[in-house]
Amino acid sequence: MAQALESDPDVEMILGMGTSEPSVPLERAEFVRADQTYSILSRIVRATQVDTIVHTFLVVDSTRVPGRTLHEINVIGTMNLLAAAGQSGSPVRQVVVKSSTLVYGSASTDPTWFREEMTRTSPARTRVERTLIEVEGFVRDFAEDNPATVVTVLRFANVLGTDIITPISTNLSRPLCPQVAGFDPLVQFVEEDDVVRCLEHVTRHRVPGLYNVAGEGRVPWAEVAEICGTRLLPLPPVATRQFAAPLVRAGIIEFPPELESLLRYGRGVDTSRLSRSGFTTRYTSLGAVESFIRATRLRRSIGKTPPSYTYEQDIEQFFRHSSAVVNTPVDG
Amino acid sequence: MSVGEEATPRIQRTALVPLPRVETTAISGTRLSDVDEWGRSEHMREIVRRFYAPIYKHWFRVEWDGLEKIPRAGGALLVANHAAAIPSDAPVIMHGIEEELGRPLYGLADFFFRTIPWVGTTWSRVGGVPAHPDNALRILRDQGQLALVFPEGTKGPSKTYADRYRLRRFGRGGFVEIAMRAGVPVIPIAVVGAEESMPILMRLPNLAKALGVPYVPVTANMLLFGPLGLALYFPTKFKLRVLDPVTFDVPPGQERYSKSRIMEEAENIRMSLQETLYDMLRDRRSVWFG
Repeated sequence: MAQALESDPDVEMILGMGTSEPSVPLERAEFVRADQTYSILSRIVRATQVDTIVHTFLVVDSTRVPGRTLHEINVIGTMNLLAAAGQSGSPVRQVVVKSSTLVYGSASTDPTWFREEMTRTSPARTRVERTLIEVEGFVRDFAEDNPATVVTVLRFANVLGTDIITPISTNLSRPLCPQVAGFDPLVQFVEEDDVVRCLEHVTRHRVPGLYNVAGEGRVPWAEVAEICGTRLLPLPPVATRQFAAPLVRAGIIEFPPELESLLRYGRGVDTSRLSRSGFTTRYTSLGAVESFIRATRLRRSIGKTPPSYTYEQDIEQFFRHSSAVVNTPVDG
Repeated sequence: MSVGEEATPRIQRTALVPLPRVETTAISGTRLSDVDEWGRSEHMREIVRRFYAPIYKHWFRVEWDGLEKIPRAGGALLVANHAAAIPSDAPVIMHGIEEELGRPLYGLADFFFRTIPWVGTTWSRVGGVPAHPDNALRILRDQGQLALVFPEGTKGPSKTYADRYRLRRFGRGGFVEIAMRAGVPVIPIAVVGAEESMPILMRLPNLAKALGVPYVPVTANMLLFGPLGLALYFPTKFKLRVLDPVTFDVPPGQERYSKSRIMEEAENIRMSLQETLYDMLRDRRSVWFG
């Protein structure tokens, strides 16, 4: 995202925040290490007078972090972020929040396509879903209290791509991939490039509102598995979690609670509102699957590529601020 | 030269210039199956049709009347009476329309189907869609397809043999509202023969509650053929009559329509369907031969 914004000469300054260091080389963007709840953000906002905050740090994968941390990051982190953006005399004019279509859940009573104004048909049972709904509530309140600020919420479908690791990508890259026996739901994906492009689009054009983001079309899960060359491991349709638990523990599959309902009923979101705003995804759902599996095949053949870049604070400081460095314009 | 100038529209200074759309070639990949966005697979339909054709032709000996009233293009909502413990009318109608008119038909049915493993997936592959109003609207209006709905819902097939050919309540008239919003006609179809193909003698409500299913029937087929009776229909003669399409002179795309109007239209359709059924039964000499 920061790389994409750097190429835009209109952007004066980019400030990145995270708990870990950036993994891609950044030319102009500054980086600040923060704790996971963004507690120093309000100081930064005051100090730097930023006008746009892009909030991409919501955790949508419950296998990565324990439940309490998830709450800290998603709920408390967003509260701090919005508090910083909404403080009196705040310079912030735009807030972009990267949410997930997990807020719709996945149930038998769902429509085939969710539009943004539809609500989920079943109560949220998993922690990720509950926190995301809570977060979106905060953002709605924030938008109401700060009518001058452009507030954008993007609900992304399951992300697949060349680099991202999610429970779904992990499952698909392994020899066995879980399936709830007797169910072959239609699933939707969005490619990670499109995620970045979309964040960039709404940030640059200051598009307010709530949008679903997903690749075109829906693909049956069995077909996704076939494309990825993995064998389906049918889990019984009753007591699915209990049967999956030892397999998860043995490291054979990943099976977060969100995945179970998705593998039963799938999920589809309508993206026409987003395309009316002038954005179209480059990859279809199937294209995202293919992009993912091509990258995976490459990794299998040449092994894990070592990171071409590691962030080192003092070196960055040297290159950016030392008077010894001769700054030549790139285009000469 | 002056022609060229005229053809180019002048951009007014005050007008908002639309953002240039970034033209990119979509990266779409290659499909391995032909499952569409609703879960329907024409390939699967074809297999099912081939398997079902002899049943349609020789077992039920289906006869249509007024099939020309169903449009060959554009959306229309087909409604029919619903019967038999495991409804035999839906496959007959879907097979008939697809064979005779050569266009797909999406069957809208209860969400309950989706929750049953294998059944739900198969049902979806052969053209079943959960009966959500939004789904119906997309199929009828946005895609101009045919959809089939049984307004009686499970009240139709769950009724016992004593109540045969007596239409149940037509839900809350939701099907009329959808057709109004989509701006498509409702085409009622009267089906005779389904009721006797798997008649319910009694229901086991306690067992149904325990299993969490809408109803557990005891059918004549089960008594005669044992477990085989779950799948074996009696060879009743099927006759279907397509009624005149019902159109509503209301503007489509409305958020809400008058409830009383909806109920009235739904009741009218119900009455005419009921009348047609009685009429067809008056003409029927034999359950088996029509």
